[in-house]
Amino acid sequence: MTTIATEHVLERRAGTGRMPLSRVVGVELRKMFDTRAGFWLVASIGITGLLATVATVLFAPDADLTYDTFATAVGFPMTVILPMISLLSITGEWSQRTGLTTFTLVPDRRRVMMAKTVSAVTVAVASMLFALVLGALGNLVGSTIAGTPLVWDVPLAQGATIILGNLIGLLTGTMLGMVIRNSAGALVAYFCYSLLLPTLADLLAASQNWFRDLQPWVDLNHAQSALFVGSLSGEQWANLAVTAATWVLLPSAAGLRLVMRSEVK
Amino acid sequence: MITIDSLTKKYGDAIVVDTISFTARPGRITGFLGPNGAGKSTTMRMLVGLTEPTAGSATIDGDRFADLANPGMEVGVMLDASAQHAGRTGREILTIAQQTMGLPRHRVAEMLAVVSLDATEADRRVANYSLGMRQRLGIATALIGDPAVLVLDEPANGLDPAGIRWMRDLLRDHADRGGTVLLSSHLLREVEVIADDIVMIGHGEIVSQGSKTELLKAGGSLVRTPEGDTLEQALAAAGAETDRSGDGALRTSADPGLVGRIALAAGVALTELRTADGGLEDMFLELTADTQREGRAA
Repeated sequence: MTTIATEHVLERRAGTGRMPLSRVVGVELRKMFDTRAGFWLVASIGITGLLATVATVLFAPDADLTYDTFATAVGFPMTVILPMISLLSITGEWSQRTGLTTFTLVPDRRRVMMAKTVSAVTVAVASMLFALVLGALGNLVGSTIAGTPLVWDVPLAQGATIILGNLIGLLTGTMLGMVIRNSAGALVAYFCYSLLLPTLADLLAASQNWFRDLQPWVDLNHAQSALFVGSLSGEQWANLAVTAATWVLLPSAAGLRLVMRSEVK
Repeated sequence: MITIDSLTKKYGDAIVVDTISFTARPGRITGFLGPNGAGKSTTMRMLVGLTEPTAGSATIDGDRFADLANPGMEVGVMLDASAQHAGRTGREILTIAQQTMGLPRHRVAEMLAVVSLDATEADRRVANYSLGMRQRLGIATALIGDPAVLVLDEPANGLDPAGIRWMRDLLRDHADRGGTVLLSSHLLREVEVIADDIVMIGHGEIVSQGSKTELLKAGGSLVRTPEGDTLEQALAAAGAETDRSGDGALRTSADPGLVGRIALAAGVALTELRTADGGLEDMFLELTADTQREGRAA
């Protein structure tokens, strides 16, 4: 069998240099795509986007064949999938036990979390650009087939708030990943967060007057959904700031503490 | 050099590692020996910063592992060969390590050759790897940064006899080139063959440590002769303690050299004379007795 060919004396290397964050980001980005599960999760954004475009061309009433319709159709699956990508990239280190290697190669876990967040945001921004282009193509093709006039009804400002809305969703995934650090548990929590809680909040608001006034200040989904409609009032921005701080920022800080202290076995 | 100083880990009231101190020196292989659940893995996890110690410190040449700039190039670590994403190929796992450390690409192929994983095997997903193959991949990950210090938890697990021999040669070569090797095992024989220094741990405490030759010498000798009574009297006259076992073998605290001289002087013919590794083995069996199904070893 082969043995090590090098015959040099082993000594401690001084000044190997701290690894730049960009390198850690590159590695984390690679890790999002290099398994079948990871690859198809990211690919599903493109696939569902294409399906949504085709479905809109086929089934939407002619009057609705506007850019807004297409962008919404393509963007919806993304708002669901992006937080899962971010969440799973974190929980996998514990559930797949790869953290044993990751955190011995990069002992500062804050850097790993930062790199994971940056790479998830990179994937998110790339997917949203893809959605905008795909929506535009869909609008062109759809309107041409139906013979309706081309309507570009997503102002640039709304495009920006949509991106912000998606990023807040993604950070919710990051937060849940850090707090729970278990893939199955965090996914369940994510669906409670994004499906169950809003439904309960709406039910409560419909039946209880006191909650109706309170809801904008405590319900993140409520505040976040304004971003997808666009042109927010000052109060809506305040709603967003308060709910995002309460439901995403503060728990993220707690989650990061847990990540720093938790044992990796 | 690895320095473990008064390292302690408590979980609530349970003390898993209790104020242990030892060093692993360059140019030597240090065997960290103890039964399952003795605290070996917890100690190693504390050394590489995966578990926060309750008290004490673990340093590599004076630095905490967490303070190393690019730890993979200073300390090669393999704690659990199974802790890999089953969906990645062996080559991909090595590539991740290579990129994280900022090494040239060709290191991946070189390492695959060092651990004898061929191209087909390297491109298979780890889910299809045997434990032995995962162990080789883990060793490759530990070695890819060409670190001077190696920390390996049960590296021989799952390897076939040829693989164990290969691993032994690899670690010996590493130590001979001035490297530091700390390896854990729950198998006394394995550590006896490979280690220069032995640290034995049981129930979170160090029960014995020193160079292998020292520890083995402490065990005295085992001697066989048809004239057991005469030799026993001669040994007792020389002040050595003796103990006759049922099968006629005589155990004595005197080392083999002294026993030989005493036997010669007493005119007793010997049929067997060797160092009794019993001291270490007895101690180890006593430690393992609590956890083994066979109950306390006689």
